[in-house]
Order: sequence, then structure tokens, then C-alpha cells
Amino acid sequence: MTSLAIRVENLAKEYHIGVARGDYATLRDRISHMLQAPFARFGAAGQARAAAEQFWALRDVSFEVQPGEVVGIVGRNGAGKSTLLKILSRITEPTRGRAAIYGRVGSLLEVGSGFHPELTGRENIYLNGAILGMRKAEIDRKFDEIVAFAEVERFLDTQVKFYSSGMYVRLAFAVAAHLEPEILIVDEVLAVGDAAFQKKCLNKMQDVGHEGRTVLFVSHNLPAVTRLCDRAILLRDGVVALDGSTHQVVGAYLNAGNGTSAERLWPDPATAPGGAVARLRAMRVRNEAGQVTDTFDIRQPVYLEMEYEVLQDGAVLLPHYWLENDEGVNIFSLHDVDPEWRQRPRPAGWYRSTAVIPGNLLAEGVIYVNPAIITLNPNVAQFDETYAVSFNVADAPAGADTARGDWTGKMYGVVRPLCQWQTEFKPTE
Amino acid sequence: MGNQPRKVCENMSLLEAQGRPVPPEEPVRPQPLLIEPSKGWVALRLGDLWEYRELLYFLVWRDVKVRYKQTLLGASWAILQPFLMMVVFSFIFGTLVQVPTEGAIPYPIFTFVALLPWQFFANALSQSANSLVNSAALLRKVYFPRLAVPIASALAGLVDFGFAFLVLIGLMVYFQIVPTLAVLLLPLFLLLALVTVLGVGLWLSALNVQYRDVRYIVPFLVQIWMYASPVVYPSSLLDEPWRTLYGLNPMVGVIEGFRWALLGTSPPGAMIGVSTLVAMTLFISGLFYFRRMEQTFADAV
Repeated sequence: MTSLAIRVENLAKEYHIGVARGDYATLRDRISHMLQAPFARFGAAGQARAAAEQFWALRDVSFEVQPGEVVGIVGRNGAGKSTLLKILSRITEPTRGRAAIYGRVGSLLEVGSGFHPELTGRENIYLNGAILGMRKAEIDRKFDEIVAFAEVERFLDTQVKFYSSGMYVRLAFAVAAHLEPEILIVDEVLAVGDAAFQKKCLNKMQDVGHEGRTVLFVSHNLPAVTRLCDRAILLRDGVVALDGSTHQVVGAYLNAGNGTSAERLWPDPATAPGGAVARLRAMRVRNEAGQVTDTFDIRQPVYLEMEYEVLQDGAVLLPHYWLENDEGVNIFSLHDVDPEWRQRPRPAGWYRSTAVIPGNLLAEGVIYVNPAIITLNPNVAQFDETYAVSFNVADAPAGADTARGDWTGKMYGVVRPLCQWQTEFKPTE
Repeated sequence: MGNQPRKVCENMSLLEAQGRPVPPEEPVRPQPLLIEPSKGWVALRLGDLWEYRELLYFLVWRDVKVRYKQTLLGASWAILQPFLMMVVFSFIFGTLVQVPTEGAIPYPIFTFVALLPWQFFANALSQSANSLVNSAALLRKVYFPRLAVPIASALAGLVDFGFAFLVLIGLMVYFQIVPTLAVLLLPLFLLLALVTVLGVGLWLSALNVQYRDVRYIVPFLVQIWMYASPVVYPSSLLDEPWRTLYGLNPMVGVIEGFRWALLGTSPPGAMIGVSTLVAMTLFISGLFYFRRMEQTFADAV
């Protein structure tokens, strides 16, 4: 038998909607319920009501994690990711099934939840460290490192209620990042903070993975998952839909049942992303021949096509895309500059807007496409659908007509435009 | 900005070079942490609480620090509050109503000796009853033994007790009262008060998560409880066996114990036994009830 870090067997969690959150039970409710209960038990209506209030956030989830593995947990909202992490970090109990964890667990579910605004930065480091399970001696030892990482030296003796939100998050993450558990459970902590600090956190987590520590990482940030994790688990409606290499799982997550990550449709207007004026109904990536595909040669142009409904007459729209690579870098934005519709109020109807990215511009790798529309004057966002579709740009061999030329080594940069070169020559005398 | 993408690429090449991290050879630990649904009455697992004793310390430290930081008068509140109550009670019950004390003890110190444990009890109880609900954000996000929360709130009350105790020393010097040897037992009576607070506090804090009514019940409960305890009058107004039965209210034992230890009134006797028994019952049942409800805290709070 090989060594294990985490073993999850048939884990299930049931919530009772209405009691679990929101309206708190009062003694009066409870007492009146107790009085009704003997009669309700015989009525079918009572049973139907009970069934409607149940909700399985997780259903028979099983998997194993080896020590040193960095595993991403992905899935749409409500798929059960957070419930799973809450069970594994012992915040809530499973309804059925079990999990075994071999080693010290540190969970980083939301940075700063243990902070007290009235206390100073210094005091909060100790308090938060203790809440996360660190010993005082351990905090003493890492104190300077934490402060340096958070870049709050000057404000160490200021109450944190005077901190900017950026400083607050930096300090909170710094404390958590210096916890040294054998198994680290991380949930969406990177949704906050500025880009530079996010990068720093990702690097810190990467270090954690390389020290042989086991990491479970839940995120909506697909590039981060791709970058950090070797393996990923896709949850869908509380069950494991796929468990495999990150590449494969992220692909399946984006496919959403279409068999390709290059096309997504919103057949139901009720669930389609959109505002009062415009609603996104389809997003596709096509090649020159008009075929929907998720693989492109670096030399090929890419056709990004969004279909949307305009629900009201008279608004001026700005359809646009922004592209992100698999490191989370925002490569560039494309704004609709079609002269025919620029500044022109649009009648209600069905539209298809296509942008063409020329060949030899994008660098190789996975590109995520985020389609968005705003209405102008005043600017109102109608939708902004993150990671709607994605495609892969494959490099061409050296010697082909690309920016690589005859070089066979690594190419740097987030884009790779083929530029014109000129050489002037003067022979030696 | 110009250098940033390059830096990222270096990191990427580092990743590629190292490839998949090699898991260290680690034997399977004999005792993994098991996460299972718990059924019925669960073990107290006080060992967990001991593991987190430093957290307990930091929580007490936080409560004390925050309380004194946010208020203008800071620690003086701990002194002023019982002192002013003593002045008011002395005027109403000592001068106007002329409630008898025991022996020749002046009314102000007679009531202050009772106010000392009473104020501790009242403050610690309201703090710990609301403690879980007040740390809802924490309960939903981080694991630690939940018992630490109400216990820390109750313990934080001891600091106020310490400050108020200084006033008592002043009063004893002023009224020239020399305590008997029984003063050595004072810590035991304080412990009895603490056990009572914890017992009631554990019940109420856990109930508060389910039923927010508790928040409104507590101030009311504390007020009634004070008049049901011999704070402004001596329990010697009652004859035996009623006096012993009066000990069913554990604060009766605490207050009479304080009076005996500090002022040399008649020893409380059997009443103390009754109070201790009730306090222990509250405490132990509170622990078990709390642990049983603990699994639902994160979902319900």
C-alpha cells in the first residue's frame, strides 16, 4: 500500500434549506412545530414539504490524494466545492461517508476572518496565527518574514481598521501562507488583492507544492489552477464528474457537455448572462474555414463570434472581448470597431459580432475568451462572461513562417507577433 | 511592468524543469484524522482544547484588550461599575429600606463583597452566551475547538474581577475589617462562580445559535437572578432547611462563601454542598450539550 495524504470515501452532505441559513428558528417556531408535528406526520403534504427543503450539496464523493500532490477542485457555483473543503477542514460534518487525513491540516478558507479591527497589525498576526493553529513560538519565529511578505512594516502598530483593504488582505494572506501544515486547503483566497500580490501568493503556493506538501486548491481562477495543479477534480451537482490531469479536467469544465471548449450556448433565455438591454446566447471560436475548433496553428487567424439578443431599441452597444492566457495574464482587449454600428443605436433583434485575430499574433498556449457587452452613455455592463470559451494555440515548427524563425528554444512573452525585419549592410573596408 | 512577463516565464521554465514534485517517502501514519458524521452524544475531546490552549489565551487577551481599547475610561469601568452599584444599593437598601446585615458589618462592604462575584457572573455570562453568535464569521471559516469561544469569554471576565478586587481591599482597609483564616478558601468560591458561569454559558451560547431568543432572555435572566441571590440581603433571613435549599441557586453558595471568607459571617455549611452539586451538574451537562450541538454551528450560525 502506498502512502496517502487524504482519503475521501462516499462523502455526502445534506442541507436543510431554510433552517440551515437565513431565517433563524425561534423558540416559538419550534414550539408551534412540535404541536403540529404529530398531525403533520400523517399528512402527505408534510412529507412533500420536507423533501423540498432537503438539498444534497455533496453526493458520494470519493478520491484519494498522495502526499505532495497539488490538486485543484473546479466546478461551477453550487457544485459542492466549498462544502467539500469545509468538511475536510472540519468546519462542518458530513451527513454520510468519511474522510481520513494523514498529517497536520491547515485551511485557508477566507483570509482575515480572524482579524479584529480594533487590534493592531502586530496583535492581529498573533491572534490570527493562533486561530489558524500556530503556536506562539512558531509565530515569533516567522514574525519578521510575515511582516516582510505583507509589506506592512510601517503600519505594524496601527489598528487594522485603518488599513486599506489591500493591506488587510496582504497581512491576512501572509499569516496564513506562513502556516506550515503538511496538508494545505485553500479556497478562493486569490479572488482578492491586486494583481501583483496575487502573483506573489501564487508563487508562494507553488513553493509550498514543491516542498512536498499536499495542497487542495479550490478556485474559479482556471489559469491559476492550470498553473499550480498537476491534477484536478471536476465537481458537478455534488458528484465527481471527472478526476484527472488538470489539462483534461479544465477542458471538460469548459466544454460543459458540448464536446468542445470552443463553443458555448445558452439555449434558455432565463439563464443566459445578460442585462436589461442585451443577452448573450452563444459564443464560438472558428477557423478561417468557418469550422468551430479549439485548436489553432499559431499562423492561423482566429474568429471570435458572439451571438446576442438586443431586447430594447435604441441603445448604443460596445461588444468586446478580453483574452487571458493560462497564467492569468490579460493579453489584450478587443473592442468592436465595425464602422457600420459604431455610435449607432441598435434596434431590438438577434446579432452576431465577429472579431478576427490575425495569425502570428498570439503566443502558444491556452487562451481564455471572455465576451462582454456594455451599453454606452451611460456605461452599463450587460454581461461579462468569464472563461466562456477557450482554445489552444499550437506552435509551428522552427523554420516555418513565424516569429520564431529558425530558433528552436524557448520563446518569451505573452504575444508573438510576426514583425517585419530589415537589415542594412555595409561591407568592411 | 516591462519586466513582469519575463519573470513569469522564468518561473514557468522552473516549473517545467522540476516537473511534478516528488512526494517524500512518508510512512502511513498509524492514526489519521478521521472525519465522520457523529451520532448522538459525542465524546468531549477535551484533549483538543488542551492542544489549542494558546488560542484560548489569545482569545481571552483579545477580549480584554478590545474591551479596554474601545472605551474611554478603559479599565476604570471595572472599578466604577461595582463601586457605583454599591453606592446606590447602600442608599436604597441600607439607608432607606434598612435591610439587616449580619453582625455589625457596615452595609456598603456587606453588599460589595456580594457584588464582586455577582458582577463577574453577570458580565461573564452575558459575554459567553453571545460569544458564538458574535464570532459567526470565524465559525464558518476556520476549524478550532468551539469550546474555546465561550470559555475564553468567561475567563476574560476574571480580569475585571481582579480590578474590582482592588476596590475591595481599599474598602476593607477603610472599614478596618480583618479577614479570618477562611480567606484562604476564597479562590475555591471564585472557582465555583466560574464553574457556574461556564455551565450556564455553555448551555446558553449553544442554544443561542439555534434560537436567537436567547440574546433577549439573557439580560432579563441576569436581572431576576440577582434578586434571587443574596446580593442586597443576607441569606440568614431564611431558616433551615430553607437556607440549604436556597443553595440550589449556585450563586447563593458563591456569595455566602465570599461573605464568610472575607467578612467572617456564619459559615455557609450544607448550602455550599448543594450549590457545588448544582454547578457541576450544569457544567457537565453544558459541556455535553455543547459538544452535541457543535456539529451544527457552522451551518446554523
